Amino acid sequence: MMPPAEGQNTREITCIICPLGCTLRVLLKGEGVIKVEGNRCQRGIIYAQGEVKPRRTLITVVKVYGGELPVVSVKTSKPIPKDLIPEAMKVISRVSVKAPVKAGDVIVENLLGLGTDVIATRDVKAV
Amino acid sequence: MRREPIRVAIIGAGIIGASISRVLSMFEDFEVILVEKEADVGWGVSKANTGIIHAGYDDEPELYPLRAKLCVRGNEIWRKWADELDIPVRWCGSLALAFNEDEVNILKTLLSRGLRNGVSGLKIVEAEDIKALEPNASRDAVAALWAPTAGQISPWDAVIALVENSVANGVKLYLSTEVKGIRIKDGKILGLETNRGFLRADWVINASGIYADKIAEMVGIRGYRIRPRKGEYIIFDKEAEPKVTRVLFPTPTPISKGVVVTTTVDGNLMIGPSAEDLNEDLREERSNTKSGLDYVWASASKLVDRLPSKSMIIRFFAGLRPEPTGGDFIVRGYDEVYGFIDAAGMRSPGLTAAPAVAHMVSEILRSLIDRELKRKDSWNPYRKRMIRFSELTHSERSALISKDPRYGRIVCVDEMVTEMEVIEAIKRGATTIDGIKFRTRACMGKCQGSSCMHKIALILSRELGIPLWRVSVKGPGTEIGIGDIKVLFEEGDQCGRCRET
Amino acid sequence: MREMQRDLTIIGGGPAGLAAAIKAWKLGIESITLIDESERLGGVLPQCIHTGFGLHYFGEDLTGPEFAARLIGRLKETDVEVLGGAYAAEINVKPDSFKEVYGYRYGEAFKIKSKAIIYAAGCRERTRFEAGILGERPSGVYTAGEAQTLMDIYGILPGKEIVIVGSGDVGLIMARRFALEGAKVKGVIEIMPYPGGLIRNIVQCLEDFGIPLYLSHAVAEVKGSRRVESVKVMKVDGNLKPIGPGFEIKCDAVILAVGLRPRIELLARAGALIDDATGGPIVNDWLETSIPGVFAAGNVLIVNDLVDYAAEQGERAAESAFKLISEGDLTRSGAKPLIRGRNVRLIVPQLVSCLQDVVFYGRVSAPEENVAIRFEEIGKIFRLPAVRPPEMFRVKVPASDLLRLRCEKLTVNVMRLEA
Repeated sequence: MMPPAEGQNTREITCIICPLGCTLRVLLKGEGVIKVEGNRCQRGIIYAQGEVKPRRTLITVVKVYGGELPVVSVKTSKPIPKDLIPEAMKVISRVSVKAPVKAGDVIVENLLGLGTDVIATRDVKAV
Repeated sequence: MRREPIRVAIIGAGIIGASISRVLSMFEDFEVILVEKEADVGWGVSKANTGIIHAGYDDEPELYPLRAKLCVRGNEIWRKWADELDIPVRWCGSLALAFNEDEVNILKTLLSRGLRNGVSGLKIVEAEDIKALEPNASRDAVAALWAPTAGQISPWDAVIALVENSVANGVKLYLSTEVKGIRIKDGKILGLETNRGFLRADWVINASGIYADKIAEMVGIRGYRIRPRKGEYIIFDKEAEPKVTRVLFPTPTPISKGVVVTTTVDGNLMIGPSAEDLNEDLREERSNTKSGLDYVWASASKLVDRLPSKSMIIRFFAGLRPEPTGGDFIVRGYDEVYGFIDAAGMRSPGLTAAPAVAHMVSEILRSLIDRELKRKDSWNPYRKRMIRFSELTHSERSALISKDPRYGRIVCVDEMVTEMEVIEAIKRGATTIDGIKFRTRACMGKCQGSSCMHKIALILSRELGIPLWRVSVKGPGTEIGIGDIKVLFEEGDQCGRCRET
Repeated sequence: MREMQRDLTIIGGGPAGLAAAIKAWKLGIESITLIDESERLGGVLPQCIHTGFGLHYFGEDLTGPEFAARLIGRLKETDVEVLGGAYAAEINVKPDSFKEVYGYRYGEAFKIKSKAIIYAAGCRERTRFEAGILGERPSGVYTAGEAQTLMDIYGILPGKEIVIVGSGDVGLIMARRFALEGAKVKGVIEIMPYPGGLIRNIVQCLEDFGIPLYLSHAVAEVKGSRRVESVKVMKVDGNLKPIGPGFEIKCDAVILAVGLRPRIELLARAGALIDDATGGPIVNDWLETSIPGVFAAGNVLIVNDLVDYAAEQGERAAESAFKLISEGDLTRSGAKPLIRGRNVRLIVPQLVSCLQDVVFYGRVSAPEENVAIRFEEIGKIFRLPAVRPPEMFRVKVPASDLLRLRCEKLTVNVMRLEA
């Protein structure tokens, strides 16, 4: 790959689409992908584009009181920007929900104003 | 006129301290307190040894008079004690194998020494007869010293039984109580300075195992040192074959009885120990090493036709033996300090000798206080061990479940331990995972706790009324968690800290 | 003792057992009892709170609890009897063809006599002793599943400075869990020269959090007499032998993800033959063990990467059990053994009758690119762009191909293709 010109930078990431795990070299200008190298199929290019501003589904537990178990497993309804995860975890750590909880219940609405909810993924019966 | 009972403090609730407490509890003359620094009994030398009740031919009476005398005596007394206290023991006998002429000559020396020491039934058997006694004995053995009076006991079961019986007979047990100093005034013992306050005592009996010399120093006695000798062991799964039916020894050397192959009372093949003399200040060094375990494996392999596959190993561990200066037990009072009796340096055959040591200490105490002791009418020699669900038949188990439904809940799958047994163990004094483990065998199977430890912890949390994360494996500092799952967010919560200032 | 007579007993209420129960009922088996050690069904799924479950089986990306809930919901629509908190103590196989399961649960001992058993008891985790990690034996050493239970079922944090041993998916998932909850994950120690889990997890569990992965390294010792204080890590050579002085990593918890072992004890005691390669029972293409009428499915049969495979195996076992119960017999004679050839570490089923389609599940020993899985004697080939030991291969060989088998065995090789 040519050395990056001004305003450009390169990033190296591992593609996760198939077991080959190609090492992709992505040439970026700002947030735009200029070129992808190292991929062995087209899906790698799409993956690289997605990873410019990577998003992840956040999975954790939330404290429950009055339930048969002390925590309920949760996930974000949509992937959120990866770099906001530490902030999101802080917010979630302060939440405590009263049993009963049903899978699908919204535990935190509009997390960090991102338009995504934190929803329960299992039931917790009240005791 | 009734005399005030003499308050006796025993330091160390291991096999020696627990045996002494049982014997002293027989007499009205004593008010006995048993002081132990760990959260439970028998967690020092007592829980990490081979558990053999030796026949008594190993110890040369000219060199080690106490070892020689008390081993044979202890062997005899264990028969009665194991019965009264319901301690599982296999009176299986032992075979010391010889592989060449020199070793056979050593066995002959041991035979005559054993006879001098008063051991019964000893004889040298030829190669053909070894197999009949032990099918898995190495076919390269040319002869063996057969000692039918030897046995295999579970050392922690023994300590637990002794302490339960002592407490039932009036002994007060102080756990998590570490002796920091011994208070003396005008040459008379006043009591123990501990991490939990002062405990008054007229007499102090030092049964503190690895730390005996440190305790003795507290009253100015510096006549001996204790040096730790580490022994590593390997334990196999209960289903590992082939096992052995007898305790197998090599021909001993003057330094050590050697690596043993034995089957524990619970049915696990066990091999060990190695023997590594450690620096005096390494009193907590119990790590397993490649060289130690390789040595155990190689030595044990020589004694049997074959060992089970290495894939059947479920655990390795190590224990320390307290080697005293001079090599013999130190069981005595001192002219310099009235009120202090040592029961120290209880290296092999310490476990075997324990009941005899206890009676000897009792006699030393009696003669030093110069009075006839009066036995308690109410003294109860009997104690029943806990029910082991796993040892029952299907119909016995069914009947038990009908009596209490909680026997139907299995918490440890590998060892088939029920919830009721865990609750009973807590009733009998367990407050930690290890306390449950040693009373029920939970966590001692293949999974070594990875499947069942958390279930045991839940029961402890519920019965003791403590948060789950505070349940500990073996006392303070070994809690299973550091807090609830969000605890690290609380610590870093700047807003919280600001609000407090 | 409560005595019961059933058509089918299913041991294990995880994904394989649940899928088997649902399928068995759908097919028309009338009296079915499913037993599970826990009061809660789902096996290990309720604590696998991450996504990645059900992409094949439901066509959705679900969390473990959600996948379990779907199956449990379907099970509730059947009249399969569920005995929770039930421990199977013994399987007894009688010559008169009834199979007995003895067990215990709160308030009762039970004995179930049935025509068929589906054994779906799952796996246990390997311990530090089995992994040969020496040193001291302090508190603070957990297996990954154990840590997962403590955190995601019981809401406690096992430690704050973590070392993970093993880069299989369980270890990687737990690395991420600890990192998310604020702990410092100091490293993942992997003895092989390549990672043990899915690439997706390497990226999303390690790279995302800057957690170092030490390939070709092993934990030689644990240090700490009461609680873990540190581990000694050493580099290993091509033969996995430690070399060099090693280095220490300070930590207060060591999380072991060093392998799973099928829980085959009850089967082995009942006389079933076990495959050393999988650690699970040897089965034919009915997923029947060497004990006629006793079938196996799920992780006890083969440690699966995907829950979808475990469920699929459960369904297959149910189909076989149904055939046995309704027709009275399965065609077993003439079953040919599978021979593991080049780069095939394990494969299931190990015997084929050559009468029906067979789905084979297997693993390679070494990673390779551009390969073909070849069933030699019948000339059947499957091409794959890459194979890695952590990623199981699953291939379906139609009956028409298997019927061509004339030899007494069927050899499977994984061969490199020319570029």
